[in-house]
Amino acid sequence: MSEKVLTLRGVVKEFEGQTILDGIDLEVEKGEVVVIIGPSGCGKSTLLRCINALEPIQGGEILLQGSPVKAGDKNLPVLRQKIGMVFQSYDLFPHMTIMDNITLAPRKVHKRDKAEVEREAAELLSRVGLADKAKSFPRQLSGGQKQRVAIVRMLIMHPEILLFDEVTAALDPEMVREVLDVMLELAKQGRTMIIVTHEMAFARAVAHRMIFIDEGRIVEEGKPDEFFESPKTERARNFLNMFRFQPASRS
Amino acid sequence: MQALGLEVLFKGTNFIRLLGGLGVALKISLLAVLISIPAGILLGTLMTASNPVIRAILRLYLEVMRIMPQLVLLFLVFFGTTRALGWDLSGETSALIVFSLWGTAEMSDLVRGAIISIPKHQYESAAALCLTLPQTYYHIIFPQALRRLLPLSINLITRMIKTTSLILMIGVVEVIKVSQQIIEANRMSSPNAAFGVYLTVLLLYFAACFPISMLARFLEKRAEI
Repeated sequence: MSEKVLTLRGVVKEFEGQTILDGIDLEVEKGEVVVIIGPSGCGKSTLLRCINALEPIQGGEILLQGSPVKAGDKNLPVLRQKIGMVFQSYDLFPHMTIMDNITLAPRKVHKRDKAEVEREAAELLSRVGLADKAKSFPRQLSGGQKQRVAIVRMLIMHPEILLFDEVTAALDPEMVREVLDVMLELAKQGRTMIIVTHEMAFARAVAHRMIFIDEGRIVEEGKPDEFFESPKTERARNFLNMFRFQPASRS
Repeated sequence: MQALGLEVLFKGTNFIRLLGGLGVALKISLLAVLISIPAGILLGTLMTASNPVIRAILRLYLEVMRIMPQLVLLFLVFFGTTRALGWDLSGETSALIVFSLWGTAEMSDLVRGAIISIPKHQYESAAALCLTLPQTYYHIIFPQALRRLLPLSINLITRMIKTTSLILMIGVVEVIKVSQQIIEANRMSSPNAAFGVYLTVLLLYFAACFPISMLARFLEKRAEI
């Protein structure tokens, strides 16, 4: 029996009278890659934000290795160190160099030694192909490069679980690949990951388990091949069909 | 020379006195700025706080300071406190109080604007990296806000210097008051002195404010990155 990293039980999120998440149950095991898809506004991004306690929840519970994650809780800063998150809008700190962006949190939060953190940062940067960018500022980088830096910035905190919130959605198509390749590499290393994405081919390649959310509920989940080949529910079928095109008939 | 009335400037110590008057104006502005900037940063940060009571009080303070003409504030502090509270404030002290109160209000609004212009994502990224709120402000929010703030706060300094021309109304002998005295004293010998002296005052204000404006423009360019 493998170790549970994350457990969600009946998570409910309400916002201004609307129910965004309507009882989400989810268990993620160590080393598992879970990909969440669903129509926009279905609550998938909100779910990630709740797991990281950026949004308070109104019902249910979120357990990280058995400890409850709650917004405003005293324990939260310690728990959150185990959760890494990368956002859609590569939010590097614009006034800092790439190196400072990466080393700020380990130095200030973990009180690690500057030289030692910079060594690790340099190594991580070279692993994502950005060794020469350490002294650059975010504005000098392309979107794809910024997003790879954001991933490094998260990794250097040594999180137990990695959350990716539509990290390629704001990128030009030719830059999507370089970011997805980094994520595939992380999956191969056996990292525990939850990924929200619209890249279906990537989802199928990287996922151990697919989750389809609609209207704040998990409608269907399963192995990627089964899910993509023969979705069980009507709603998942309709959603997946939106990504398929019939060839235009030329008569 | 005669027609422009410039010759009075070279009589006795007149020009030195004008410079001295400008010095008084600059001294009050500078001191008021030194008080306004830290106080404005504190109040401006509090204005972004979630507590509605604090926000309402600060908003009221800002609006009162903005709506009241500076002259009324000067009279209120200089004459009003003497009558109502029995304080015997000098003109310069009153001026310093008024300019600090007004500068703090203006500064706080600039700070508030700079802070709320920082996207929410910056806070969330910092939170996701487990930085504490004070760390987030110190390392992420303030350095970015400061870049946007610098040119604006320098413009506030030039506005302050120009507004000090009002303080002659509460008996402070600053550059305009000195000008009036010189013109008055030379009414018979140089009837055109008003033109020459005020022209000189104009140039003095320009000499004081122009470098500051240039600095503001330079910083604005640099902040655009």
